Amino acid sequence: MPRALWLLALAAAFVAAPAARAEPGRVPLPVLEVDRTTTCVAPPEVMRRQHARMLERRKDLTVRHGVRGGKEALTSCIECHADRQTGAAVATPQAFCQACHDYVAVRLNCFECHQGRPGALRSGAIEPGTLSRWLR
Amino acid sequence: MASVLALPADGERAFWIRLAAGLAVLAAGLGSAWMIFRAGHIATNMNNEIVWGTPHVFAIFLIVAASGVLNVASMASVFGQLHYKPWARLSGLLCIAMLAGGLMVLMLDLGRPDRVVVAATHINLTSVFAWNVFLYTGMFALAALYLWMQMEKRMNRYARPVGIAAFVWRFVLTTGTGCIFAFLVARQAYASAVLPPLFIAMSLAWGMAVFVLVQAACGGAGEDLQRRMRNLLGILIALVLYLTAVYHLTNLYFARQTEFVRFILLDGGVYPLLFWGGYVLAGSLVPMWLVWRQGAGMGSLRAAAALTVVGAFAALYVFILGGQAFPLDIFPGFDETSSFRDGAIAGYVPSLLEVLLGLGGVAAAYLITLVGIQVLDFLPGEADGSPAAR
Amino acid sequence: MAEVSPNQGEEPAPSRRRLLAAAAAFAGVAIAPGVTLVEVARAARPGEPVTSKVRWGLLIDANLCQEGCQECVLACNRENGLEGGTRPVDVQWIRKVELKERATGRTLGLPVMCQHCANPPCVDVCPTKASFKRADGIVLVDRHTCIGCRYCMLACPYKARSMVHEPITQQKPEVPRGKGCVESCTLCVHRIDRGERNTACAEACPTKAILFGDLNDPESEISRRIASLPTKELRADLRLDLGVRYTGL
Repeated sequence: MPRALWLLALAAAFVAAPAARAEPGRVPLPVLEVDRTTTCVAPPEVMRRQHARMLERRKDLTVRHGVRGGKEALTSCIECHADRQTGAAVATPQAFCQACHDYVAVRLNCFECHQGRPGALRSGAIEPGTLSRWLR
Repeated sequence: MASVLALPADGERAFWIRLAAGLAVLAAGLGSAWMIFRAGHIATNMNNEIVWGTPHVFAIFLIVAASGVLNVASMASVFGQLHYKPWARLSGLLCIAMLAGGLMVLMLDLGRPDRVVVAATHINLTSVFAWNVFLYTGMFALAALYLWMQMEKRMNRYARPVGIAAFVWRFVLTTGTGCIFAFLVARQAYASAVLPPLFIAMSLAWGMAVFVLVQAACGGAGEDLQRRMRNLLGILIALVLYLTAVYHLTNLYFARQTEFVRFILLDGGVYPLLFWGGYVLAGSLVPMWLVWRQGAGMGSLRAAAALTVVGAFAALYVFILGGQAFPLDIFPGFDETSSFRDGAIAGYVPSLLEVLLGLGGVAAAYLITLVGIQVLDFLPGEADGSPAAR
Repeated sequence: MAEVSPNQGEEPAPSRRRLLAAAAAFAGVAIAPGVTLVEVARAARPGEPVTSKVRWGLLIDANLCQEGCQECVLACNRENGLEGGTRPVDVQWIRKVELKERATGRTLGLPVMCQHCANPPCVDVCPTKASFKRADGIVLVDRHTCIGCRYCMLACPYKARSMVHEPITQQKPEVPRGKGCVESCTLCVHRIDRGERNTACAEACPTKAILFGDLNDPESEISRRIASLPTKELRADLRLDLGVRYTGL
């Protein structure tokens, strides 16, 4: 019996360790810089809740059925939402997609494959920021 | 001689030491998986020619042997060989343990191991890998159910029907494992209908070998059972050797396959070496001599089992790696060269990370077994009758 | 109580009938040329889902392929943002293969890429349906679902597939690709869907050895050439019904 308890304690410590490392206090709300002169495909309240579902539907349309371009394309999102200074949607913790996703702790791995910078390739290295950020 | 496993009678210290050792190897395996995940598969020696490397050798051994080790329980419940009955529970535990270890290695070796949930929710019914999602989870469930039927007295009468179900499921599962390769129409090493039966035979032989080794670590068997197991192990090794011979012989008759057979059996470097020396000699002929010679005893059985496992790894290495090293024949009648190494034999040596990942799977199986026999009644006890009956 | 309408029970007035007949005739005349136009414009327009009315394919003439030329490979790398390396771990979607016939010593070269089979073994073995064949015949990998098991790489008779072995960052916006997923020639699907009916390799070939077109359209140049020249499928014994044909082999 005691042995089983020790094993259970070991397992529990292993599971609880990541939570024990967390810092106390509130996480500041993300501050986004968005160009309000143009309009997105839907109002911000709708986009906040629905953009994942919209992206998923659009993904199937594009990948399986070849529907590309237009306002709903991911490349169009990036054209607008790429950070003006760094030129990318995920390069820094303040970048458009990264800021909110960091706040709600939802892993963002789109840009492991999708290009986060608008337009043609630009020179200059960009760290594969999303993955290493999630690891911290 | 200290045992690899710690029995309940051995005391606490023995258990904790072995647990620590197992956890250390497991940690090394998980660490390797992490490094491969971070850096990409460039951290291994796998590439676009050798797409499945050493982790797959370990994983397929564990999975095939897991299916076969349950045969000990099947012989008791399904075929009425009561000598095996006291050991049936341990065989069930080993089945679950090795299956878990093998699957762990496979899942960690994926290019995107973070997408295992995707694999479980997007099913392509023509793919053997997709069948395996159901076959392996079903195997876990049936093995667990089988153990319950054996361990709870009032459920004992259901042990036979559940045992039959587990037996049939094992056959389907191992056929599936063979079909993974049999369905590869374009590769000369695979695409053969003899592969599913060969895998079934391998599962029986390797499962028996692993069982003998674990049984030895758990106190060994009585004289009578030993004799039976020696005989059975010999027959199973011979069966695998026979089907392997059939596989190569039929390949020889196909003119388009001859170059491949030459490569594996004659001039492929490490592959013929491992095949003849590792699998045929050390892994089949010597064990058969050991179990069937005059004066064969407990030591012969264990040595034969150990050599069978060595031969199994050699055979799988030749099958999986050798089969990929030989180039695809896209232009029959032509010699090909290209930047993509068309027509060239691919080189491969196992990398440390791959070996550690594979060993991590073995460690996972070991830990499940080690903890299992401490916590529940998997080993033969008083209820199973006197030692003479074991 | 039933309502009473002024014209209840009467037929439409003769003038209205004539108007309706004339409208129907006019509509018929207006639609008729459209019906034949729909026949001609078989391929989906940009922004519309693709259909199986077209089947995209390539015809490669080995006689025109020059020894040592790598223009198709370079063009593919540029178009798709491939790194262009040739290490065993590097991704190659198209490669030039130099052949030497054993019996005669004759040498020739040709590019090899995904053959876009109609019965693709890679699609059969993919556990998650990530490897799939689109309605218009192009065989693709959906990298959202690909788990990187590499089973398709083993199954492909043409060694067409590569896995990305390290993290990459310089992807082109129209060609998303990433570590751990398997990929192969897409027949420049991002161009096709935009309406540019040609692949980068076909466009770049200095001798026009690669021809892209619709195999389902008997009037297309590729179909006419396949109908008149002797062409071959690689590993035709496998009966995979390929979208890429070779002549001069």
